[in-house]
Amino acid sequence: MINIIGKKIGAISWLRRSPLAKAFNSWLGKIAGGFLVLLLLTAIFAPWITPFDYAAQNLMNGNAPPAWPHLLGTDQFGRDVFSRVIYGARTSLSVSVTAISISIVAGMTLGAAAGYFGGIFERVVMTIVDLTWSFPDILIALIFVAIIGPGLTSTIFAIAIAYLAQFTRLTRAQIVRLKQETFIEASINLGGKPRHILLRHLIPNAITPVIVIGMLAVGDGIVLEATLGFFGLGAQPPTPSWGAMMSSGTAQLFLSPWVIIFPGMAVAATVIAVNLFGDELIRALDIRDRLKEA
Amino acid sequence: MLLRYIFFRVLMLIPVSISISVVIFMIVHLLPGDPIDNLIRIGSSPGDRALLVTKYGLDQPLFVQYFRWVGAMFQGDFGEAIVLRRPVADLISYNLPFSLSLGAMAFAFSSVVGIILGTISATTRSALVEQFVRGFILMGSTVPGFWLALLMILFFAVQLQIFPVSGAKGWDSLVLPVLTIGFGGVALVARVTRVALMDARREDFVTLLHAKGLSSGTILFRHLIPHAMLPVVTILALRIGWILGGAVTVEFVFGRPGLGSLLIRALGQRDYPVVQGCLLMLALAVMLGTLIGDVAQAAMDPRIREAKT
Amino acid sequence: MLEVKDLAVAFGSIAPLSGVTFSLAKGETLGIVGESGSGKSLTAMSIMGLLPMSDGRVTSGSIVFDGQELTTLNESDYCKLRGGRIGLITQNPMTSLDPLKKIGTQVDAVAILHLGMAKKKARANTVDILHTLRIPEPALICERYPHQMSGGMKQRIVIAMALAADPDLLIADEPTTALDVTVQAQIIRLLDDLVKQRGLALLLITHDMSVVAQTCDRVVVMYAGRAIEQGPVLDIFDNPQHPYTQALVGCIPRDLKDGEKLTSIPGTVPTVLNYPEGCKFHPRCTRAQNICTTVQPELDRNGDSAVACHFAGASI
Repeated sequence: MINIIGKKIGAISWLRRSPLAKAFNSWLGKIAGGFLVLLLLTAIFAPWITPFDYAAQNLMNGNAPPAWPHLLGTDQFGRDVFSRVIYGARTSLSVSVTAISISIVAGMTLGAAAGYFGGIFERVVMTIVDLTWSFPDILIALIFVAIIGPGLTSTIFAIAIAYLAQFTRLTRAQIVRLKQETFIEASINLGGKPRHILLRHLIPNAITPVIVIGMLAVGDGIVLEATLGFFGLGAQPPTPSWGAMMSSGTAQLFLSPWVIIFPGMAVAATVIAVNLFGDELIRALDIRDRLKEA
Repeated sequence: MLLRYIFFRVLMLIPVSISISVVIFMIVHLLPGDPIDNLIRIGSSPGDRALLVTKYGLDQPLFVQYFRWVGAMFQGDFGEAIVLRRPVADLISYNLPFSLSLGAMAFAFSSVVGIILGTISATTRSALVEQFVRGFILMGSTVPGFWLALLMILFFAVQLQIFPVSGAKGWDSLVLPVLTIGFGGVALVARVTRVALMDARREDFVTLLHAKGLSSGTILFRHLIPHAMLPVVTILALRIGWILGGAVTVEFVFGRPGLGSLLIRALGQRDYPVVQGCLLMLALAVMLGTLIGDVAQAAMDPRIREAKT
Repeated sequence: MLEVKDLAVAFGSIAPLSGVTFSLAKGETLGIVGESGSGKSLTAMSIMGLLPMSDGRVTSGSIVFDGQELTTLNESDYCKLRGGRIGLITQNPMTSLDPLKKIGTQVDAVAILHLGMAKKKARANTVDILHTLRIPEPALICERYPHQMSGGMKQRIVIAMALAADPDLLIADEPTTALDVTVQAQIIRLLDDLVKQRGLALLLITHDMSVVAQTCDRVVVMYAGRAIEQGPVLDIFDNPQHPYTQALVGCIPRDLKDGEKLTSIPGTVPTVLNYPEGCKFHPRCTRAQNICTTVQPELDRNGDSAVACHFAGASI
């Protein structure tokens, strides 16, 4: 019994001391982090929060300005903007998080392999990566969408590819630095297998900055998803996504600006919160110098 | 020395351009279905089809096709737009100047205002100014460009009616797009300038500059700013593409002609020869931008001029 | 020429420097010695008026240069003094020149600013000075960039900048620490010659006792932010009064007789954050008594010498 309590207290104090908790220390971190937690809960519990069905049309009440019961107004088909923005959080967050996760896994694999094995392989990978690095993310995403056609799946892959360079560069830079450290050199000299050294030593030591940059990239991914959606290349109707909502809203820009203003505010607020919280996290983990390497 | 540097730097562009052109060439071939279906308009006669097959050499091996494609482009032949039914070269030469003028203006605006703002925020002792600039930097680097463009239209064009809503007639149609792209660009440049200036101020040689009796103003303008400009130019060179990327989306929202609008419309209509042409031009612009940035940096820093030659 | 009296400097609530008193006459070379962290460089920076602007400031005492009080001098007058009448030579020549500007331009700037010379005349002046500093092909050197030169050469350029406006006082803050041993000797000889030829006053800050012995007329010994002993160089070396100075002199390898041991000082220099009460040296002092732990000894003048110790004199 005492043992269990002891463990619990241990877990709690570990949680308190963890960098994630430290990022909540400043008031900026509290606001940004609080907002993100709230957003996450909203996205998860969307069906219980939304006052209206996001797809329910009511042509008699189209383009209604914000007022009770449609807090943020309605769009041209009379759909409740508030409900759609909340469901949009689901789409935008899940698309961006999925895409960035794919990007992190692929980028870490490529970067770790390039950094560890070096040689021609590294040169080829890094040349391609540096090349995509200098192109704007939107252009890379557009090229990709051009190849596999519009839709949510291609949006996910387009975002994943657009940020691949970032994670590859960051991982490689860390691996190259770590490889020169004594404990790695020692285990290489002792005949450790590459797989073992990479998985047991190098990647665990390199993963923190990658995760933090990944978190910041989720913000960029949301913007990119919104942009593709806005051009009609992302989520297809009636799926509510912040970008797609604004896309259909352009036709009524002057008639019902709220259809565009609110989803855009959702994007902006989310991305700002992600950036602020990411900054606090970087400070809490004290890894600014390691990020500069890439 | 500088000429030598430029020569080698241009030489390095060759493999880069080859890889880019291969990727763009492959777009049509990676698409699901027969490439010919992607290159031809619906309802063409079998004769048209045969003509196209011989023109692109679609019966030939891929690399032969690639060389023909590149060869044709050197002669100014970018193929035929499927939907718009005009040579792609014509479409590009019509749209390019609009993109260039917008990109150049936005770039100049971002650099000048960004450097000034960054300098102010790094040198001021007023916490208020500093907070304001930092807030601006945060907003500028996060708010999506197309949404900002829409807000600009709503506010300046509809509410205040000072600037035209869209189009490309007259100088005043440039103001809102430039401001929109510039918002993000200024934030980027200001952020880098700020950090670079604060770093430069900590350099050892600054003590000696003070010891020479130079005034703080002279030190700032003659030594610190040139020094801080090195990373700024690097970032600008790397991110010229991002400013152009901003132009792609913003052009579309403001209904301006330009490569960006053309590209997005072509993507929607699956007009692949146009997509290829636009992507190629944009890639070229990014490469040239990076080149200019690198050369500017070499012109500023004697150490780089020598290191790379 | 230069009169520093009871100088104290603080950064916020931290006071790394206090009770620094010394004077320097025309044509004289004064050495300031002490371990790193003893406040030598800070003293130099206070004289130059270059304490980090944000929070460093002189809290008490005075610095009088040629009849002019420096602690209350406004910034624009100070600018005329720096580089014009007081030249500074810094520690690390590798990083003390602007990497983006040609050597000539950087040296010219001083004469243009302080002597009102036109560009061409300033360049002629620069070439002259580089020549007296025994730099080969001075006109060619002017067209070069700092990264193209060796450390010793760069330090000569730094000296040239300090001399360009023909100052009266030269402050050299560890001018040879970052250089190779052979180059060190050359630079020290160069400074020594300059003082003799031009009648300059030289404030030489160093931790190297042999450099002091070679060049200085008088010495100030600093410990933990205070000047604890000063006097003519021969007196300091042959008849040190303060136990710290005695230990310091004991550390110099000289022709030791058989069985004589090279001494070292036990303990470490206290940092600004943990200065002890009373005499700052008492925790390491073999002669310390109760009074030393509570009362800070004042600098006690005796002719040309001075010492701050309750039990000065009595040798080991």
